[in-house]
Parts: sequence; structure tokens; C-alpha cells
Amino acid sequence: MIEPLVTLESALEHGLTEEEYSWIINKLGRAPNFTELGVYSVMWSEHCSYKNSIALLKTLPKDGGRVLVGAGEENAGLIDIGDGLAVCFKIESHNHPSAVEPYQGAATGVGGILRDIFTMGARPIAALNSLRFGNLDDPRTKYLFEGVVKGIGDYGNCFGVPTVAGEVYFDESYKGNPLVNAMAVGIVKTNQTATATAKGAGNPVMIVGSSTGRDGIHGATFASEEISAKSEAKRPSVQVGDPFTEKLLLEATLEIIKEDIIIGIQDMGAAGIACSTSEMSARGKSGMKIDLQHVPLRESGMTSYEIMLSESQERMLVVAKKEHEADVKKIFDKWDLNCETIGYVTDENILEIDYYGERKATLDADHLVLGGGAPVYYRETKKPEYLDKKHSFNFQKIPQAESIENTFFKVFSSLNIVSKQWVYEQYDSMVRTNTVVGPGCDAAVIRIKDTDKALAVKTDCNGRYVFLNPRRGAMIAVAESARNVVCSGGVPLGVTNCLNFGNPYKPEVYWTFKEAVEGMAEACRILQTPVTGGNVSFYNESPESSVYPTPTIGMVGLIEKPSHITESYFRNSGDSVYLLGTDKEELGGSEYLKVIHGLVEGNSPGIDLLLEKQLQDTLFNLIREGLIQSAHDITEGGILCALAECCIIRNNSMTGAKVNIPVGTREDFSFFSESQTRVIVSVSQEKKKDFEKFVSASGFPFILLGITGGDSLDINDRYSFRLEELADIYFNTISGIMNVKV
Amino acid sequence: MKSPKFGIVVYPGSNCDHDAYYAVKKQLGFDADFLWHKEKDLKNSDVIILPGGFSYGDYLRTGAVARFSPIMDKVFNFAETGGIVIGICNGFQILLESNLLPGCMIQNETLKFICRDVYLKVETKSSIFSSDIKKDILRIPVAHGEGNYYADENTLSELNANSQILFRYSSETGDTGKLFNPNGSLENIAGILNKRGNILGMMPHPERACDNSLRNTDGESIFYSVVKSFNY
Repeated sequence: MIEPLVTLESALEHGLTEEEYSWIINKLGRAPNFTELGVYSVMWSEHCSYKNSIALLKTLPKDGGRVLVGAGEENAGLIDIGDGLAVCFKIESHNHPSAVEPYQGAATGVGGILRDIFTMGARPIAALNSLRFGNLDDPRTKYLFEGVVKGIGDYGNCFGVPTVAGEVYFDESYKGNPLVNAMAVGIVKTNQTATATAKGAGNPVMIVGSSTGRDGIHGATFASEEISAKSEAKRPSVQVGDPFTEKLLLEATLEIIKEDIIIGIQDMGAAGIACSTSEMSARGKSGMKIDLQHVPLRESGMTSYEIMLSESQERMLVVAKKEHEADVKKIFDKWDLNCETIGYVTDENILEIDYYGERKATLDADHLVLGGGAPVYYRETKKPEYLDKKHSFNFQKIPQAESIENTFFKVFSSLNIVSKQWVYEQYDSMVRTNTVVGPGCDAAVIRIKDTDKALAVKTDCNGRYVFLNPRRGAMIAVAESARNVVCSGGVPLGVTNCLNFGNPYKPEVYWTFKEAVEGMAEACRILQTPVTGGNVSFYNESPESSVYPTPTIGMVGLIEKPSHITESYFRNSGDSVYLLGTDKEELGGSEYLKVIHGLVEGNSPGIDLLLEKQLQDTLFNLIREGLIQSAHDITEGGILCALAECCIIRNNSMTGAKVNIPVGTREDFSFFSESQTRVIVSVSQEKKKDFEKFVSASGFPFILLGITGGDSLDINDRYSFRLEELADIYFNTISGIMNVKV
Repeated sequence: MKSPKFGIVVYPGSNCDHDAYYAVKKQLGFDADFLWHKEKDLKNSDVIILPGGFSYGDYLRTGAVARFSPIMDKVFNFAETGGIVIGICNGFQILLESNLLPGCMIQNETLKFICRDVYLKVETKSSIFSSDIKKDILRIPVAHGEGNYYADENTLSELNANSQILFRYSSETGDTGKLFNPNGSLENIAGILNKRGNILGMMPHPERACDNSLRNTDGESIFYSVVKSFNY
């Protein structure tokens, strides 16, 4: 087959810049051929090269006492949790595919992140996600929401990983460009981890798993541009998931790693064979000689270009130990999976790609990859003009709420606050029988069999805060997810991040990105949660809107003992209810302002990271000392919504409360303020004295709010809400919108 | 107490196989072993469990391919000679596809996967799967997309007449009204027996409810009942 001639024009069409194209010519000493151009274009796409983000990402703290494999070293980070075990976790975006084809887009997002985990040798034990959509009154948004949730569920359910926690936000800014971030957590014995390295001349390079088709070609490039009217035509760029094959791939992969018969393994996600061959070679300072003729194909007539760039799912690249090639084949045969040797490792750092006797590419692996020859850019930054205007908003102009009751019902009915039960009941949250605390609480808790330990996991970000103050918003995302983990009884171990932003070539977007990364770095340093890896997703823009900058945090914490596991709901009648922390009447970016007044104004709530650390340390010690019955942090919707949740989250056994909330300048402000670093705890009467003594000694501010009991939530002797009614709103609002009766 | 040996069939897409093993062996302390679907040996098992999952991906009908796997001939013989077989979730679907149990499974009424704790009314305690169940209502989770049990009228009346319906979805207090039916199954059917009473198929997952640290042990009594049947 004659390949198209490569010109500057075709390079530009492939998304490369003129400058980048000249670097390629300089390096090769000639113009690339068509297959080579394809490989360069995907490897130097934003998605694979992180060219516009890596310089800033390197400023994130990535070391800590327990980190075994840090950010960027392998497919996912590893943190030691004792008992000879490590936890492996990562989050990744699948925004663009999900915007076009929600079901497959979300499903393959889950598949991709699971492969990142088991390619490290870890068995996935939990899946999480973080989802953003427009408003549900829009039919297309409903379609996207329904499809994404079903895609996540069907993939994880069949694969056999419990989907245990997540978050879902609705805001019109995400209308044209929903965010679908998938996270996975795995466990591995520290002496059985795998590495994504190719070494040892003559060792066979094998492709395993699904056959290769034309699906997903240029998926990585598609992910590196804005959504437009033309995006619908990119539907073929979306891959198709096969969770059953992924399950087989998991078992076979863990078997070859355990048997110690391979040198290295890498999953094929974005940019398929191109990416896995070049990254594994570069990491091992080796090369590969590959003959594409041996790649199992699912379509006839595929070109070398297509085979190199295909993003067909459920595939891995394995470098076996020479003497164990047959043993590897035997294991994949047991699981009825393809396993073909397509080449071997060489000593030179060159990738040589043949197809039916013809040389199709000769490339320097190191020149292709991030950390090697891939471009690194610092973009121009400019502070967006809207910020000062937003920050000078005068809150005194806001009319007083006529009825606190009605205001509360409206805020509490917000889709961002009500239970996401309609979503998480479509996920198998219990398979593998480790889920101690499932979806619906502050963080999910997954026990680790044969140990006393458990993991607390959570994803978090409030895009509205980041929009109003990128630095603080990112800090709050870290602080809140850590707080959630502590509320569940865990010590935060580390962070994975998924940075969803707009077009980095816009100086305002890049300024926002930079601020957010710097804020995140500071928060992670102070809260002692190193960043073990993650993903950047730029170009989250559509003709209709630019999404709120959304740096999603995935947090993992370690719970040392079963007795430390703590839930968010009131457990018993007659317990005292306390507030740890103080309110500062902060309404900027609040749910109240948005729902009641239709405004996104002001500055995001303040965050004092040292105070936050003090809260988390105090709270953890209270849990360790067995002094509290429940803990729930105050977030969107303020203290009133948080108290309501404490009463009703345990739906089959609700416990009311009678409390006095201190009022500052205005009732509505105090009730719906979203000041950070606040937690509601309940304490049994016998522990009350010890509790007060303990917190007083810590110096952290706290006040007694009231007492639990009854079947209503009573506020300040003025307002009373029946729990039945609250529960109906909380649990049935989303299903009421989504379940259309036939 | 004599411990029977539980054999847990592992299809390639089983994902509750380890959960069943852990529950029976580690939590309850009975002998258990895995049976790989490509083998033809039941390894002297006294009880066969067909676990939950997606046996062969279930892209066709759930369980439709699994009945043809090599080990199934042995399972059929075992069942025909009175051997005890428990099919859980996907295992129940496979038993239906294999005609070891009557009726069939269709998609949940909502067309959505559903995972939550449900309550089950125990309809008879004279079966080998329920003789040791002390409670009248059990709390056990379901997790399935196709649990909507269907059978023709004759089959249904036969199931009722022979006390073959073991579990029905109910409220916490045993109300078997439509409101407490998670998937639309006929007569709230959650689990049934064959006529001879040696085969149980149930959609809920008792193996997920055998562990104090997961705060639910209501599933234990089903396994204890089976073990009890070997001790009389």
C-alpha cells in the first residue's frame, strides 16, 4: 500500500505545530514517513506528552515516607501500607469520548484506569468516579448522565470491582463538555509488583488480550482539542469496551507477574502500540524490533499507521523473559486470550517497525516520550478579568430569605446535595466482600482481608470554588477529600489528581491552571499527602461553554483498626452534637447563592491549611480514643444540610436532633455558609466529659450544638423539619427526574 | 459436625467465586475448593456452588453460554443423582438456562442494574437450604441486571403447590407487596428449588452476608442448613 506523502500541511492536520514538525525533521535528518508522523503526532499530543503541564506538575510534592513508586515513574503510584502490602491508585479522565458517546466513553474510562492498576501487579479492589454534567432539565444532559452511569456500572460490575464512592455535580458550565473521571485502587504484595520496562536484548515482545481494530485511532489527539460541532463525526475515535475480556486479562496478567516470568508489562491505552513500545523502550533505555504482521487483527486491510495508532481496548504489551516465552503463552491460553510475539528487545534505543517485509518506521524511542524528547512548554499566563469583579461582590445586597423553611427545602433539594442513590445503586458496590462502608457516606471504607486494616477512599472537587479562586479552590479540594478520609477514621496517605481545564493556549486558562497546581501543591505539603500521579485533561471547552476549572482529587487513607471506622450519621438518641470549627459566614460560590439567588459570585471560602491540619489531627485522635460516635464534614449547603444528612443518611434507622446553630449577622448566612474546616460529631453522654477535655486541650475551637433524638430536625427552637420529608427529598429527587414511567 | 466439601465452579467471568470461597471456607470454616470450568472433575465435592458474575461475558443471554462449558456435564450428573447445587445470581441464571430449574430470567423492570440490601421472606423451612434458618425475614444484598424471574402460569402454580418458592422479596416485616420487589419478578420470587429439592437458585447473594465485619450475617444460615443436612 502506498502511504500518503508527508508535508508540513499533513503535520499540521495531525495537530503538530510547525515548530514541532521542524524538530522532528532535525532529529530524523529527513521528513518522517506517514506511519512515523502518526506516531509522533499521538506521542506529542497533549494527552500523551503532557507538554503544556509537565513543568508545573513537577512542582507537586511527590515524596513521602510511605511512597514506593512516585508520580511519573510507572503506570500508577504505589504507597506502602505495611504487612508487606502496598496500595496502588490513579485517576484518569475520559471527558471527550463521553461527550460524544457516553456509554462507551465512560466504560472505557473505567477499563483504562483498571488496566493501569493491574499492570502494576495489583488487584483492583475499588473503583471511584467523579462526574460533572449540565442541568438535568436538558434532554441531552439526561442522555449523557444516564449513559455515563450505565457505562461505568456495566464495565465495573462485569469486571468484578466494587464501585464504592464518587461525586456527581450538575452545573450548566459542564453542559457541552461533561467531565468523566474514573479512579481505581488496587492492592499488591510489595515483592510482587511489575514494572513497565523493556530490557535485555532478545527478550520477546508480546501483544496480549484483544485483537486490534480500527477503533479509537487518534483518540489521544481527539482528547487534545476542544469539543466542537465536528466532534460528533469523531464518534469512531471512541473505543468500545469489553469488560469480560478485561477480567480475563486481569487474571492472566496477575498470573504472569506472580510467576515471575516477565521483564515488564504496560497497558495499551491512548496511542496503543505506538505509546507502549516507545515508553517501555525509553524506560529501559532499550529499543525494539517489531513486525506488525504478527499483531492479531479484527479487521482486514489495516495499514501500519492504523495498527500503530489503534486504541482497541483490553490489550497489553509484555516483555517476557526469553526462556519463559512458552510459559507466558500457556497462561494466556488458559484464559483463552491472544498472546503473540511481535518482536524482540534490542540494545539500541531505536524502534524499528516492519510490516510485511517493509520498514515502516525507524524512530528514537526516547525522542518520542515525555521526559525524553517530547516538547515541554511554559505557556503565557494572564489573570482573568472576571476575578476582581467577582471578589468585590457585595453580599449585603442579597435580600433576606422570606422563609428559612422554604429556602432550606430548595437548597436541600439541589441536585448537588441530594443523595446520588439513583446512581450508585446501578453500581455493584459490594462484590469482593470488602465494602464496610459503601457509597453515600463521607468516604467509602474497604477492608483488606487477612489484616486489621482498611482503606478510606474519596474523590472531591468543587469547580465553582476553583472558578472563583483557583488557588484556594484546589486547596479546598485537597483539604476536603482528606477531611472526608479522616471523618471515616483514616489517615490520609496520598493523592491522585485529575486536572480538567480548558485550552492551555488561552493565557487566562493557563493562569488558572498554574494557580490551581500551586494551591494543590501547598495543600498536599501541609496535609502530608504526596501526589502519586494522575492525569491532565485540557481543552474542556465546547462552543456553548467553558467548564469550570476542575482539579479533581482522589484521596486514599489508611484505617489501622476496625474500631476506627466511623460513619457520618447519628447512631443513637441522646448523644450530644458538637461542631468542631467556626463559621465565618462565607457565601461566595455557595449552593445557597446559586440555588436561591441564581448567582455565582464572591470569593471561594477561605482555607487555613494549618488549621485544617489541626482539625484533622484532632478528629483522628478523637476517633482513635473512641470518643465520638459519628463525624460528618460541612460542605455544600452549609451546616443545615450537613445536620439533615447526619439525621437521615442511615435511611432505615433515622435519628433526629435538636440543635442551636449560632447566628451571626443573618440567619440565612449562618445556616448556609460554606466555611471550611468544620465537622459535626456526635458523642455519647458517658464520653462527653472526656471529649470536651480532649478537644479543649487540643486548642481547636468547638461548641455544643445540641442533642440527638426524635423524628425531626429542630433548629434554634424556631424551625422543625420532619425526617420523613427530608429523606423523601434526599433519596427520591434524582430518581424522580430520571425514572420516567413507561 | 461433619463438614461437606463445597465445590465452587469458576467460569472465566465469575467474579463472586472468591467471595463464595471466602464465606464458606474462611468465615464458616467448611471445606471448599475451586472447580475450573475447563476441567471435568468435581473433586469429590458434596455441594456445588455456581457463583455470581458474568460467566462468559453474558453478551448473549445471561448464563446462556455457561451451560455448555466442559464441567457442566459433571454438574448435571451430580444434580440428577440428588447432589446439592446452589446457583447464586449468575449461577441461578445458568441453572435456568440449563433447565435444572424451571422458568427464565429477563431484564430488571427498570432496565437498570440494581445493587442494594433487600429483605427476603423465607417461605418454607422444610427444605435442605432453609432448615436451619432461625429468622423469618433475611436481609441479603442483590446485585444484578437480569433478575426479573418469569415463568408461565402452569409452572408458577406448580412452584407454589410444591413449596418450591423458597424466598420472596419483602419488606422488613414480611410484606411481599409490589413496592418491595426490586426487579419486577413474578410473585416477588427471589429464590426457587427444583421439585426434588436438591437444587436452589437465588438472585440475592448470601455469600455477601456471612461476615460480622461487613455488618451482616443473615446469609450464614443458608449454608448452615446445607451442612446440617449432612449430619442427620
